[in-house]
Amino acid sequence: MSVIIHQNLSTSISSSTSTFLGHNNLKSIKCSNVSIPGRISGVIKCVATPSAEKTAYKTKVSRNENMGKLQAGYLFPEIARRRAAHMLKYPDAQVISLGIGDTTEPIPEVITSAMAKRSYALSTVEGYTGYGAEQGEKQLRAAIAKTYYENLGIEEDDIFVSDGAKSDISRLQVLFGSKVTMAVQDPSYPAYVDSSVILGQTGQFQKDVEKYGNIEYMKCTPENGFFPDLSAIRRTDIIFFCSPNNPTGYAASREQLTRLVEFAKENGSIIVFDSAYALYISDDNPRSIFEIPGAKEVSMEVSSFSKYAGFTGVRLGWTAIPKELLYSDGFPVAKDFNRIVCTCFNGASNIAQAGGLACVSPEGIKSRHSIRLVLRYTEEKNAPYVWIYFPGQSSWDVFSEILEKTHVVTTPGSGFGPGGEGFIRVSAFGHRENVLEACRRFKQLYK
Amino acid sequence: MHKFPTFSLTPCKTMLQTIPSTMKAQDKDRVSCYFTKVGRNANLERLQYNYLFPEISERELRHIKKYPNAKVISLGIGDTTEPIPEIIASSMANYARSLSTPQGYKGYGAEQGNKDLRKAVAETFYKDMGIKDSEVFISDGSQCDISRLQMLFGSNVSIAVQDPSFPAYIDTGVITGQTGDYEKGSGRYQNIAYMECGPENNFFPDLPKTDRTDIIFFCSPNNPTGHASSREQLEQLVEFAQQNGSIIVYDSAYAVYITDGPRSIYEIPGARKVAIEVSSFSKIAGFTGVRLGWTVVPKELVYSNGFPVINDFNRIVCTCFNGASNIAQAGGLACLSSDGFKAVLSNVNYYKENAEILMNTFTSLGLRVYGGVNAPYVWVHFPGSNSWDVFNEILEKTHIITVPGSGFGPGGREFIRVTAFSHRENILEASERLRSFLS
Repeated sequence: MSVIIHQNLSTSISSSTSTFLGHNNLKSIKCSNVSIPGRISGVIKCVATPSAEKTAYKTKVSRNENMGKLQAGYLFPEIARRRAAHMLKYPDAQVISLGIGDTTEPIPEVITSAMAKRSYALSTVEGYTGYGAEQGEKQLRAAIAKTYYENLGIEEDDIFVSDGAKSDISRLQVLFGSKVTMAVQDPSYPAYVDSSVILGQTGQFQKDVEKYGNIEYMKCTPENGFFPDLSAIRRTDIIFFCSPNNPTGYAASREQLTRLVEFAKENGSIIVFDSAYALYISDDNPRSIFEIPGAKEVSMEVSSFSKYAGFTGVRLGWTAIPKELLYSDGFPVAKDFNRIVCTCFNGASNIAQAGGLACVSPEGIKSRHSIRLVLRYTEEKNAPYVWIYFPGQSSWDVFSEILEKTHVVTTPGSGFGPGGEGFIRVSAFGHRENVLEACRRFKQLYK
Repeated sequence: MHKFPTFSLTPCKTMLQTIPSTMKAQDKDRVSCYFTKVGRNANLERLQYNYLFPEISERELRHIKKYPNAKVISLGIGDTTEPIPEIIASSMANYARSLSTPQGYKGYGAEQGNKDLRKAVAETFYKDMGIKDSEVFISDGSQCDISRLQMLFGSNVSIAVQDPSFPAYIDTGVITGQTGDYEKGSGRYQNIAYMECGPENNFFPDLPKTDRTDIIFFCSPNNPTGHASSREQLEQLVEFAQQNGSIIVYDSAYAVYITDGPRSIYEIPGARKVAIEVSSFSKIAGFTGVRLGWTVVPKELVYSNGFPVINDFNRIVCTCFNGASNIAQAGGLACLSSDGFKAVLSNVNYYKENAEILMNTFTSLGLRVYGGVNAPYVWVHFPGSNSWDVFNEILEKTHIITVPGSGFGPGGREFIRVTAFSHRENILEASERLRSFLS
């Protein structure tokens, strides 16, 4: 028997990330029982290997050293694993998932019936369509430009429809290549850092500070109002900026974003502005970076239907790249992104796009508005996440304690960067009853 | 399919036309152009032309503008034309509707794909080959999978491709930084091993003459030549990979078109230790727009340090992707039901019949034609010609779009690829026009 230990399994309970996965000495291990002492907390699977292959054959292909730099599995599968393990341990407990930001409320019928209609149409001669434009269906691109960027100078052909922000972030990293430097908010959505590591933009992970070399971490804490002190930030080529922020929930003000755009302009940097949660903003804060004058020369925007329309499983998003955004030699960034999209992608699913079109129709917009009201159950008025401070404590320890004592799954802040240590992220995506019940249980625990 | 070029003018008007490797705005054209200080990715600068298929689309569009009354027949881009069988379309419609209900609503799916679908893929295509559902990763199609595999491998590996081959292998290799510069003379990028596949060697590479590379991209049935490798040839390939410690990325997107011969690399003993297989629902089920495919990474496939490739691929899939659309996956599951599979195979046969008609047409004209039997492509030889010239002439004189062979590599320079994906009437009409023109 050989044991295959999936890399993304073994994160230690404490806040420091596991070094287990940095080891490249996975050989066949005899597996007589499943439990392995130490810091592994995931599931070990024993896989039968044919008896003829006792000495494992190895190719002569070197492992991509960038993959070796990654410290642990991607954050959210780890949360999912812990949840699953907990449910096994307490089969009768009513576990409430406020960890992964997964939407729970059904998609409005006006949208799903459009998708059903498109599905049926594909079985007819007149309605069948094959490959779509890699950049997305014309109508949808136009509708996105009109709905979200009217009067901001972003046009139909600046919009690239995708299968979601996560894929877009990686494709953008492929676009930028390994020789760019990048800055992220700390804490932030882990895909920015992880994709940067994979693309070879970073150095090794430094355990003492819990940071990868060569990334500029822009601390966002209660002390600085969750907006970075730009005067203390080194210049980088790319700046990933998410507003409203995942996980802190903070939506940057117009004044702050103006300073960010100025900062980018002075430094000749490119902002990748993640507006996946922009529709949760209830006050006057900008929803798009393009509301800021001058932004088109320094930024692009990534967004998603996931949290707008419950499309987390349907998969649809977009990236907007202004024509004015140019590399140092004057070459338009959008032209290279177009090449990436044509070569490394083949368009979002046509059925999902039909759903997207229905989403941005007047009925669609009306129907989604009512969902957002349901979801806004947090003190945070601009985002579907609550960011709770537990000073002096390890976030993984708090996560585990909450899980053990209340059967509520949250997400430990350090999963989003060292700036998240001491915090817990609670997602507002849940059925109302569950959210209320979770609050009751929290009150019990912390009274 | 019409993929329209999407660029209008930038403020710096000179930016757009052709793409020389360094380009600066002329002072006279500058319209307050602000340049960031971010260097353009040199790998993208290295790419020589547009991706092949958008280029073909653009030419089609120009031709339609030039001849608005001509009935243009597209036998260029390999785009399926026949409707998806109802049993599959209705399962997708039902699934979409269920997302409006509390009991049916689903959010994020597993990034690796729906469990039942992974199982169905393993059982349908890899029965008795020892491939488990946990080794199957559902995706939004091969083109995306190829890129994700390149991200997985990184820039420090060397690659080999068949010449000619599906352009995504080379282009993603360039983008990932695995190659050197393009050499205009040879039509090749440096640092790629081009494995010539032509009539002289029965469209199978001369492996003893092939340099060792880390990765070998191998497509069978081949796009564009249509050649399906025999069992004996694939055994040679696996042995070659084993001797060299290489990893084969085996593209079986067209395997279902094979009349006779191995469909999966895993039919070959030992392949599990050396090969990844990429495949797609596009050409099986007409899912070119729906977007669904899969990649198999066997657990035995390990890097030189013993680390399982599947672990890293799983990490890529979890970090750089968020799963194929759940509606598309519902469709995939319906495809693999017994009625669903029967229904899609009937479309496959329809296209195979088209291929036969095309083969006969070209053969009757005295041309040497290849492929077409185990694949939905016909590969026609015009010795001594330049394939872009032949492409243009055919387009101009018969209003038929094909694909010039050199778009697939220098080995394709005297060939034209004609796809069998079309309505029957178009295939018949095209055949008549070609007969008139070429006889």
